[in-house]
Amino acid sequence: MSSQEHSVAHVHRDDVASRMGMWLFLFTELLLFGGMFFIYSVYRFTHQADFHLAAKELNTVMGTFNTAILLTSSLTMALSIAAIQKKNKNLSIFFQIITIVLALSFMVNKYFEWTAKFHHGIFPGSPELLDKPNGEILFFGLYYVMTGLHGLHVIIGMILIGYMTRLTKKEIITHDSFVKLESAGLYWHLVDIIWIFLFPLFYLIT
Amino acid sequence: MQTSEKHEEHTPGYGIYILVWMSLMTLTVITVAVAGINLSNFTVATALIIASIKSYLVLTIFMHLRSEEKAFRIFVGVAIFFVLISIILLFSDYSFVAR
Repeated sequence: MSSQEHSVAHVHRDDVASRMGMWLFLFTELLLFGGMFFIYSVYRFTHQADFHLAAKELNTVMGTFNTAILLTSSLTMALSIAAIQKKNKNLSIFFQIITIVLALSFMVNKYFEWTAKFHHGIFPGSPELLDKPNGEILFFGLYYVMTGLHGLHVIIGMILIGYMTRLTKKEIITHDSFVKLESAGLYWHLVDIIWIFLFPLFYLIT
Repeated sequence: MQTSEKHEEHTPGYGIYILVWMSLMTLTVITVAVAGINLSNFTVATALIIASIKSYLVLTIFMHLRSEEKAFRIFVGVAIFFVLISIILLFSDYSFVAR
């Protein structure tokens, strides 16, 4: 309350509180995915051999490629915030669009990966999957739920960043008011962190 | 770090982000390479340690925790602490029940 002396000309806003609010939301995401990681770790512990066998079905090259794409999109997101801070509006928009394009290519890869699995008859409830041992059914169930939920987050992130690009174009997001872009960035980096853990736990069990 | 309590005071350069990105890519290559080698029980541990290092880099640099106010770091620390507590309690239980 005491810092209102020289903010007469400004619209009332509190960037620190906005970011704190975003972080609080991210903690709820941590709970959501955390619970799934707990389930994963318990089932992996009780069905070790089945998990190893099932993980061989996953395409490691595709997974690694997608990891690289998502890490790079995190970079361009961070760069877009740095650019807007340096009053470089067009560069910021450029980086935001690159981020969206990378997110889209991540989803395209996911699409091909999933359809390949479907062609092999591996999808939840498929007769081929149900013939497999319990551990493998659990592995693929978790694989579809966890990467599916993560994919949903990628789609939401794309929409969010797209909206930020619009706000940047309309100069609602500027070099001295970019907390919206920062919050979208925080969300995007969280999606990246989740993938950082999903990738070795699903694709790299040998 | 102590001097930068105010968030907007400094504008970070592009260089640090590119540096972090290169580290993240290198760590990804390492984690894939290590997965090929059979380290028996340590395979999961190495993968999780590398993932934690990568997350630390993303949290501190990309998510600006390094230059945020101290309260943010405390909040995130508490959140991670409770996730760790949950998983430790879960496994202290499960390692006796299962098998």
